[in-house]
Amino acid sequence: MSEALDVLLRCLVVLGAFLTMPLLVGQMEHKAMAHMQARVGPMAAGGFHGWAQLVADGVKFAQKESITPAAADRRVFELAPAVALVPYLVAMVAIPLGPFFGQGVLIGQDLDLGLFFVLAAMSVGVLGTLMGGLGSGNKYSYLGGMRVAAQLMSYELPMVLAAASAAMLAGTLSLVGIADAFEPWWLVVQLPGLVVFFVAGLAELQRPPFDAPLADAELVMGPLTEYGGMRFAMFLLAEYAGIVVLAALTTVLFLGGWAGPWAEQLGWAWTLLKIVGVSFLVIWARVAYPRLREDQVNVLAWKVLVPLALAQVTLTTVVVVW
Amino acid sequence: MVKAYGRGLWQGLRVTWRNLTRRSVTAHYPDVEPDLPPRSRGVIALQEENCTSCMLCARECPSWCITIDSHKEVIPAATDGGRDRSQNVLDRFDIDYSICMYCSICIEVCPFDALHWSPEFAYAEGDLKDLTHDMNRLRTWMDTVPPPQALDPGAEQGKELDAYERTRATEEGL
Ligand code: SF4
Ligand code: SF4
Repeated sequence: MSEALDVLLRCLVVLGAFLTMPLLVGQMEHKAMAHMQARVGPMAAGGFHGWAQLVADGVKFAQKESITPAAADRRVFELAPAVALVPYLVAMVAIPLGPFFGQGVLIGQDLDLGLFFVLAAMSVGVLGTLMGGLGSGNKYSYLGGMRVAAQLMSYELPMVLAAASAAMLAGTLSLVGIADAFEPWWLVVQLPGLVVFFVAGLAELQRPPFDAPLADAELVMGPLTEYGGMRFAMFLLAEYAGIVVLAALTTVLFLGGWAGPWAEQLGWAWTLLKIVGVSFLVIWARVAYPRLREDQVNVLAWKVLVPLALAQVTLTTVVVVW
Repeated sequence: MVKAYGRGLWQGLRVTWRNLTRRSVTAHYPDVEPDLPPRSRGVIALQEENCTSCMLCARECPSWCITIDSHKEVIPAATDGGRDRSQNVLDRFDIDYSICMYCSICIEVCPFDALHWSPEFAYAEGDLKDLTHDMNRLRTWMDTVPPPQALDPGAEQGKELDAYERTRATEEGL
């Protein structure tokens, strides 16, 4: 009985985090991006500095009609938003938040292969965009879909290599184990890996400056062109959920998760704080940098990130053996 | 000079961070009224008494949006044997703001300072026809015309004022 209750409780917490964290990141993006551009962003909805803007957006999306184009591959087209969104929920199950007032580690489910699990889930999420691109029956969406595919192929490798380096150093694939094994000097040794992981993650989420597949100016949002209403909202939510997952993973793998003063009591707060910090970097990158051209995207992956990741793996091997 | 790699990346971050930490420049318009300088091109006000119906503004307006009708009135001679004078009186002075392009030519061209810019801009209408402001409405805008900007320190104050002060000085000196 109590075990069932425990599972239920964990599921609810994960679901709650899944429903709120992306919205918080989205609101942060609204405001931080606005101020970085010397604007103020939403101010009206909700009264105080537009805090309810995303709620209003959600209501608006819910009211809109969801149209399926006649030329679209119906099943694929309608399934795509779910394929984009659900994997991030699944990924969140396995991401630890850290000790909660001495109650053990707050996590949906501690898996021995947690790292593999989360990375795999993240890649499935990208498939949703790919499906949207190929199933829309629209040439711009198709082009966008091809770009998604190219980007997924290019950036999966450096991302996995960087993650592998962290796992090697910790000697485990369990995310809890990796964060527990963290020591501050890893920050220095793992710095290239951290950068590679973060940049590759950005590219995998198709966040600017790696949004060549969406490229609103040339491909009119690429795979998302034909979507409207709730389906489009799901894609948007998937984007922000992706940011949360990426930030959480970066935190756990490279920033020591809940490492910090009073980690036994406040570990979860440290993790959340670091997640917010990394999410802020994701937003900052969007504001500060222009979109990369398609060839530049691939050049960056194969000529910079892959060699860097390989060097990192080599370095980690040396450190571990020594 | 060596090409510094990553300089653009750094600059992007620096510019955005600077914006983030400074106050934004957004004008909060509906909540806060904007502070517009005198002679902002909001709406044209008509000082009816100054207008001689010379039609210069109507003829120079590039978009033909000024309509003027007037008639002559005779002012009887003030003295015996003097000549009667005639004066133009406005019957109608309309500006159609649906075609006005705010070029300010009418205001520049008016020789009698009958037209002025007022910074009021909130006169949108639900019907296109209501954007034609007649004489009376144009006259009410006069109340919103701010005094002109102060001169720069040390600037010449203009020929008219110079001449006025000179005559006053000679008259008082006499
Ligand atoms: S501002 Fe220009 S367009 Fe408007 S009434 Fe005057 S001359 Fe015509
Ligand atoms: S130019 Fe001036 S004086 Fe002449 S008609 Fe127009 S407003 Fe009247």
